[in-house]
Amino acid sequence: MKVSDIFKNGIYKKNAIFIMLLGMCPTLAVTTSLSNAIGMGVSVIAILTMSNILISILRKVIPPAVRIPAFIGIIAALVTVIEMLIHAYIPTLYISLGIYLPLIVVNCIILERAESFASKNKVIHAAFDGLAVGLGFSLALIIIAFFRELFGTGALLGFHILPASTNMLIMILPPGAFLTLGILLGVISHFTNKKKEELENE
Amino acid sequence: MNNISFYFGLIISGLLIKNVLLAQFLGICPFLGVSKKTSSAVGMGMAVTIVLVVASMISYAFYYLVQVPFHLEFLRTISFIIIIASIVQLIEVITKKYMKGLYESLGVYLPLITTNCAVLGIAILNINNGYDFLGSILYALGSGLGFLLVIVLFSAIREKLDLLDIPKAFKGLPIALITAAFMSLAFIGFGGVL
Repeated sequence: MKVSDIFKNGIYKKNAIFIMLLGMCPTLAVTTSLSNAIGMGVSVIAILTMSNILISILRKVIPPAVRIPAFIGIIAALVTVIEMLIHAYIPTLYISLGIYLPLIVVNCIILERAESFASKNKVIHAAFDGLAVGLGFSLALIIIAFFRELFGTGALLGFHILPASTNMLIMILPPGAFLTLGILLGVISHFTNKKKEELENE
Repeated sequence: MNNISFYFGLIISGLLIKNVLLAQFLGICPFLGVSKKTSSAVGMGMAVTIVLVVASMISYAFYYLVQVPFHLEFLRTISFIIIIASIVQLIEVITKKYMKGLYESLGVYLPLITTNCAVLGIAILNINNGYDFLGSILYALGSGLGFLLVIVLFSAIREKLDLLDIPKAFKGLPIALITAAFMSLAFIGFGGVL
């Protein structure tokens, strides 16, 4: 398996949010600002890479019958470590991510990668896969947060860009999350449909 | 604050104001995945409500009776997810043995609930918000019923959406998400109730 294929699949061909539709809860909840999205993305990259490495190392030791509880145990331990690190060193991020930080445990992306990739592949490939899928997830979070923060507050990372008169409060309220993701998914499926039609016509 | 209005407020807040799905984004995967038919949405909503209440009770008791006295609070996430997974298994076994009818209608949804963030989320929120035992149960009950209400309403709308002429690119999930946005907007209106 080529490393470049792993990255292509993880980042855009099988993007966790836009194509696979996994991990929706944090996607909708933490994308109110770009800094939260980046914080969440980095945490998920770290946890996903480490869990993929650990599960790939232990893949011949874990009995198949109890593999799911074992995976969840490993992921929960890693999440606890990251949670304590963020609490100690970036307390503002800890407060703004709130409950969604411990909830990374039940983020379907991490369990899905453990089950379908890490438990079947070599350690080095599993590490790259974790990195790639995590990057794809972060990229999607950043795209959603970009639109929500820009149109909701007129600022990006604290720099004011749009005048206050164009602010739409709805974008940073819960409905804005559903609306932004819905429109983005519609636009993406418009382009994939177009590509499919072109391929059929040729 | 007198007690009755506080407890009643917890139910209303879980049910309408801070709805698990539309305001807190907990349990979105089953919300989008199991809402194509009203009958399956009812089953999923009821299964979530039952697991939520039982899991909140047991995780609350475990946290205050075991973890706090032994200063093991940092193991909260791990222990709660194990508790939830075992409760789901236990409910599955019990309903299979003693409540055949209930098992037939809810059984298929039970395994999916282990990784439903609503259950773990509400268990953690109960502790973070410092609710007492009764408060935790009522908040879990209100949230579970809120989940049931919204997923059933949403599935009814989705059944109708299938019959409409929607631009091709927006068919399926995109239009469902935009519908959820309007439902969420409507639920913001409950914000002034309490």
